[in-house]
Amino acid sequence: MRESMEFDVVIVGAGPAGLSTACRLMQQAQQAERDMSVCVVEKGSEVGAHIFSGAVLEPRALTELFPDWEDRGAPLNTPVIGDEIYLFQDAERAKRIPNSFVPKSMHNEGNYVISLGNLTRWLAEQAEGLGVEIFPGFAAAEILYHENGAVKGIATGDMGVSADGSQKGSYMEGMELHAKYTVFSEGCRGHLGKQLLAKYALDDGVDVQHYGIGIKELWDIDPAKHKPGLVVHGAGWPLDKDTNGGSFLYHGENNQVVVGLVVDLSYSNPYLGPFDEFQRMKQHPVFKNTLEGGKRVSYGARAMTKGGLNALPKMCFPGGLLVGCDAGTLNFAKIKGTHTAMKSGMVAAETIFAALQTDDEGGKELNAFTEALNASWLYDELHRSRNFGPAMHKFGTFWGGAFNYVDQNWFKGKLPFTLHDNTPDYAQLKEASECTPIEYPKPDGKISFDKLSSVFLSNTNHEEDQPCHLTLKDESVPVKRNWGLFSGPEARFCPAGVYEFVEDPEKHDMRLQINAQNCLHCKTCDIKDPSQNITWVVPEGTGGPNYPNM
Amino acid sequence: MKILVMVKRVSDPNVMIRVSADNSSVDLNNVKMAINPFCEIAVEEAVRLKEAGIATEVVALSIGGTQSQEQIRTALAMGADRGILIESEGPLESLTVAKLTQKIIEEEQPGLVILGKQSTDTDNSQTGQMLASLMGWAQGTFASKLEISGEKINLTREVDSGLQTLSLSMPAVVTCDLRLNEPRFASLPNIMKAKRKPLDVKAAGDLGVDLTPRIKTLMVETPNERQGGTVLGSVAELVEKLKTEKGVI
Ligand SMILES: Cc1cc2nc3c(=O)[nH]c(=O)nc-3n(C[C@H](O)[C@H](O)[C@H](O)COP(=O)(O)OP(=O)(O)OC[C@H]3O[C@@H](n4cnc5c(N)ncnc54)[C@H](O)[C@@H]3O)c2cc1C
Ligand SMILES: Cc1cc2nc3c(=O)[nH]c(=O)nc-3n(C[C@H](O)[C@H](O)[C@H](O)COP(=O)(O)OP(=O)(O)OC[C@H]3O[C@@H](n4cnc5c(N)ncnc54)[C@H](O)[C@@H]3O)c2cc1C
Ligand code: SF4
Repeated sequence: MRESMEFDVVIVGAGPAGLSTACRLMQQAQQAERDMSVCVVEKGSEVGAHIFSGAVLEPRALTELFPDWEDRGAPLNTPVIGDEIYLFQDAERAKRIPNSFVPKSMHNEGNYVISLGNLTRWLAEQAEGLGVEIFPGFAAAEILYHENGAVKGIATGDMGVSADGSQKGSYMEGMELHAKYTVFSEGCRGHLGKQLLAKYALDDGVDVQHYGIGIKELWDIDPAKHKPGLVVHGAGWPLDKDTNGGSFLYHGENNQVVVGLVVDLSYSNPYLGPFDEFQRMKQHPVFKNTLEGGKRVSYGARAMTKGGLNALPKMCFPGGLLVGCDAGTLNFAKIKGTHTAMKSGMVAAETIFAALQTDDEGGKELNAFTEALNASWLYDELHRSRNFGPAMHKFGTFWGGAFNYVDQNWFKGKLPFTLHDNTPDYAQLKEASECTPIEYPKPDGKISFDKLSSVFLSNTNHEEDQPCHLTLKDESVPVKRNWGLFSGPEARFCPAGVYEFVEDPEKHDMRLQINAQNCLHCKTCDIKDPSQNITWVVPEGTGGPNYPNM
Repeated sequence: MKILVMVKRVSDPNVMIRVSADNSSVDLNNVKMAINPFCEIAVEEAVRLKEAGIATEVVALSIGGTQSQEQIRTALAMGADRGILIESEGPLESLTVAKLTQKIIEEEQPGLVILGKQSTDTDNSQTGQMLASLMGWAQGTFASKLEISGEKINLTREVDSGLQTLSLSMPAVVTCDLRLNEPRFASLPNIMKAKRKPLDVKAAGDLGVDLTPRIKTLMVETPNERQGGTVLGSVAELVEKLKTEKGVI
């Protein structure tokens, strides 16, 4: 029998959604002078270690949560000073789009260039100050259910298990954390969230979810080129006309910039490598001019949930709630998900608190959450943006962009119809025989780099002797189907070089080698594997990247 | 017997570090910090000695900034009973650390002090040795095995020629090598309990130790990047290269 501990609320994941839930719960408890035990488990070695974002923050939710965030020293130090938007034509040319043509949703006055990692570290301090127990280094590995089917809590993973499954000297059994309500805030493609969607059929009747992969680097640049608060976005090259996505360059504090590329995972050419697209993108003069003479500090990648309102599942089930990007609250028209993730967490906290005030037992299905969300600005915001992603998918970047301009600027997102896109991203991949291989330029080691030296900068680390956390439903599928039909796309879409097809001299065939230690926890393989054969599960706690201010 | 165990806050050895733009120091902004891995081994050893009934109390001492409390809490979660932080924001040299520790030893009267053999940030490997001579105590450095019976310690250390076994009488200073033990994971209930264990904070300036630095850092530089190696086809080719290209044979 595993040991167990009891809490009022257990929260899975110390991202903006989970930490906002925790803070709001405690604020209400203090106001009502009620005892409340709230615990947050986080798989990263510290809060922020696995947080990966842009980020331009819209401070709306933060201001609601902590109106005095400035006095409390929240790390919002760089107000946006201006937006620049480019349409990249090719490797040399780009057109700057006049401000009057930019969709309203892409304007950033009043927002801040931040490190979301540092914001969550600060939020964790606030939460601990309010009495929340935060446990970094502990991954929620399993959902626990009551006999009546309601969620009872979670179990943390066992520690000190060797690759063959046997117990090492340091073995420590996982623990059960029981709660009246359990909040899942694992971010995009949560490993437990995915199980909840299936178990309670939460996504029945809504559009299929869509995803993007974001790859980003943090650079120290020449102070002469640094313009704190400048926000640059781009569309077009290096992505071809069938592939959606966008690039970004944000000037933060301390002579640092972040440069990144988001590639929609609905892309169809299996030869495409999001990492390679990103590396060659940086060679464009618009980026290169800023980066030249600078030094790369960190690297990382993370998938994002971009289906918006059309794909938003039901977020409540007996005994718990699903919040933030684990459900898919990101506003893709703005490419912002932090303020919406926070808001969903705050509404969740208010719903749970009200429920516990009238019925202390817990374990109920909180339909009031859906009503409260629908009545909040979060719903209104997502409703206005509901056509943005599907328009891009349906009409391509150019016409989709035009549609979005009209929809967002003239009708404020209120056009009286909704576009749908119901082909899952993994099913968009075409067979290799129908596609042209892409020749990517060799990295120059100054502006563009190879995968391994990049992964090194993510500080990712996993205990070597442990079971592989990238599990295969069928061991034969990678070579037979993924290699055979799709030329092994996992070797290209994984931004960390985890999947390698190597020749097996004995069998005169290919063999899939999984370098699990390199994994960045981006979840792309779980999403884009054309055979849906890879399931990402949590590795031993603390494993994964150690991002600095990402 | 009381054990004093030292824990140092260092940059996490799994994390890349960078030299600051003006080459004056290592830039620790936004760098993840952790307990020095050798100190973790020291804590584990102390806690095992307590579990074996040899020690009665384990006190964890750190000298550093306010945030070093996090590393003391880690030691407490692993099983230390209470913590002491000597707060000092400036850079610390091994000798200063040893002298400050001496003050705590005079107050606490431990029978044994356990430290890491070195800390992974500065790599001095000096604190334990300096402390032992300041105290006039026996020292056993780089311990890979430790046995205590009565007032005697039998200590095995890894030396270039093999294993050396020392017999020390207590009180003594011991520094730990990597192979002494495998530190445990702290469990959730123990992490929660650790938050309520006593942690005493003292100001370094109040202990009557001269904190003026004796070492001036002139410049900090990143080591040259290693050039990639090449795989050669045969021994003959290697000999040829050593002769003609390197001129070493
Ligand atoms: C490249 C990129 C750029 C972006 N740019 C912006 C931007 O400019 N502005 C903006 O507002 N938003 C931006 N976003 C979106 C924003 O980052 C997300 O919407 C936001 O982080 C979602 O918050 P969350 O709390 O739901 O999840 P996350 O931030 O993903 O946090 C989830 C946390 O839960 C932990 N966790 C997950 N599973 C488990 C488990 N089983 N056990 C324990 N812990 C677990 C994770 O380690 C993580 O710490 C961007 C995203 C990307 C990828
Ligand atoms: C896993 C691993 C294996 C390694 N293997 C090798 C190897 O085989 N060979 C090699 O040459 N290098 C190795 N290294 C690198 C080596 O560990 C460092 O060179 C070295 O640890 C630096 O020690 P230091 O001299 O700064 O220690 P000191 O500063 O003398 O510190 C020694 C001990 O004093 C105590 N202490 C010091 N300051 C404080 C303080 N402020 N508060 C409380 N206590 C304090 C701590 O207990 C500390 O462990 C390894 C590193 C790691 C992480
Ligand atoms: S293995 Fe999967 S989750 Fe890990 S980095 Fe690669 S694609 Fe991302």
